[in-house]
Amino acid sequence: MAWFRKERKPRTSSRERLEIPPDAWDKCEECAHVDLREKFERALQVCPQCGFHRRISARRYADILTDPGSFVEVFGNLRSVDPLGFEGYAERVARAYREVGPQEAVLTGHGTLTGVPLHLAAMEFAFMGGSMASVVGEKIARLAERSLQHKAPLVIVSASGGARMQEGVLSLMQMAKTSVVLAALRDAGLPFISILTNPTTGGVSASYALQGDVILAEPGAVVGFAGPRVIKQTIGQDLPEGFQTAEFLLEHGMVDAVVPRSHLADATATLLRMILRLPSAEVAD
Amino acid sequence: MAAAPYLDFEKPIAELQRQIDHLRELATDRQLDVEREIAPLERKLGELRHEIFGNLTPMQRVQVARHPRRPYTLDYLEACFTEFVELRGDRLYRDDPAIIGGWARLRGRPVMVIGQQKGRDTKENLKRNFGMPHPEGYRKALRLMRMAERFGAPSITLIDTPGAYPGLGAEERGQAEAIARNLLEMAAIRTILIAAVIGEGGSGGALALGLADRVLMLENAVYSVISPEGCAAILWKDASQKERAAEALKLTAQDLLRLQVIDEIVPEPPGGAHADPQQAARALGDALDHAIGSLEKLPPEKLKRQRAEKFRRMGKVAEA
Repeated sequence: MAWFRKERKPRTSSRERLEIPPDAWDKCEECAHVDLREKFERALQVCPQCGFHRRISARRYADILTDPGSFVEVFGNLRSVDPLGFEGYAERVARAYREVGPQEAVLTGHGTLTGVPLHLAAMEFAFMGGSMASVVGEKIARLAERSLQHKAPLVIVSASGGARMQEGVLSLMQMAKTSVVLAALRDAGLPFISILTNPTTGGVSASYALQGDVILAEPGAVVGFAGPRVIKQTIGQDLPEGFQTAEFLLEHGMVDAVVPRSHLADATATLLRMILRLPSAEVAD
Repeated sequence: MAAAPYLDFEKPIAELQRQIDHLRELATDRQLDVEREIAPLERKLGELRHEIFGNLTPMQRVQVARHPRRPYTLDYLEACFTEFVELRGDRLYRDDPAIIGGWARLRGRPVMVIGQQKGRDTKENLKRNFGMPHPEGYRKALRLMRMAERFGAPSITLIDTPGAYPGLGAEERGQAEAIARNLLEMAAIRTILIAAVIGEGGSGGALALGLADRVLMLENAVYSVISPEGCAAILWKDASQKERAAEALKLTAQDLLRLQVIDEIVPEPPGGAHADPQQAARALGDALDHAIGSLEKLPPEKLKRQRAEKFRRMGKVAEA
């Protein structure tokens, strides 16, 4: 029996190997490790070898941070206008809508996590570098106001190069707009957990991303006010190894914890349950 | 007298001014009365200033806002405030000379004044870091605003910075956190906050002092999400396209009033604030005094709510 199977096995596996299409393989951009695409996928696009966190979509973060089927998008109907008549902007943003999707640079909605209702915003870096202009500011502000109405905690996943130039000073003012609403959330005693992903810089880091009651960051994420290129230009020398990474921020006291993507949901749920004085998830189950 | 620095487009003004000065000197030396000769020249000078400064392009306004002779925070402290007592340090790390602040009186009324400070010469600029604050500058500013709140006094911020400093130490000590915190805390302050952009309003580094009940802007000041040079370099890979970027960014006081980002424009004397700093300071003092007066009767909760509502409305979106 045993030898019989052994006889057949090589033939089966060789047929299987033939059936693996070439695009089933994936290679880590960081360490060049080659593995099955499915393995990257199961690890939420984190390299199984070196732990490098690839960029993932806003939709994917909504899947990760809410119970299956619970996420409901809201304010998805807000669209950019071209308030300054900035040359080339209308075409640029139209292309981003076409290529990336209608959520603009942030996806907003509500759902549950281990049964706890929460409001979630996840930024979409693919949409013009996750840049913040009127739509991002308005969606974050409305979501925070909705959290207030529903007395639900707020979670924001940031990924942004900063304020969007093409809406000029109106983009800058989104930092103030989101801040006044988050101040109201704080007054109402509702928790806000901020999750920083690669990269979180400029106007987003200098507003809501660093205003969280608790601030978590994904491993290796670059987080700072000025981008590395600008700093390099200013000081005229190379930046130290690991400068502005999540681990660097942790060491300098700017974030509470560096949390791998696979643990984000667990960490968020555990924290929210304690802050909201709910029993732990295991007990609740 | 050494020739004061002037901008390219100010050349005709500087030229005429020099002639008038020369004539006066001659007259004094020889004890002649030349007022009759000078009067038409003075009139011409006024017309010239009016003509040139009435038609500035956005990039020329940026140049005026950055003018090496433009009055800075300390000049306004001297000219429109009395009894200034500087308070230093953030109580956490160090004192940042790029932001100065302290108690002073405005028309007799005790206020907290906080502002970015540029240097007039290289030595002073090294000390002031060209008016580019580190996190400790913003933390000092917040400390002072909170002190004013505790004692029921208005805070006045004077904004004049190319931007928050993008350096190693600034990043290590949390530049983004310092700005983010100021925004969150300024939204919560229960006393009057008045901001005035007196020169350059450089992005987040300016806004960190700008979340105020009333935001005033001097006529030739600019306020922008990015410098025209930076914008041109990123969008068109060519910093020399700054004229085009300055136009597109809509960064003048007139633009910002139209966009409802600021509440009021403070007029500058003909030829810009540097042409007559005393008059510029009087106009700013009047505007600040009036702004405080108009808010004084509001209960703290209402003040805070109106401030929040004002910023909540900013931006423009469509509903599909």
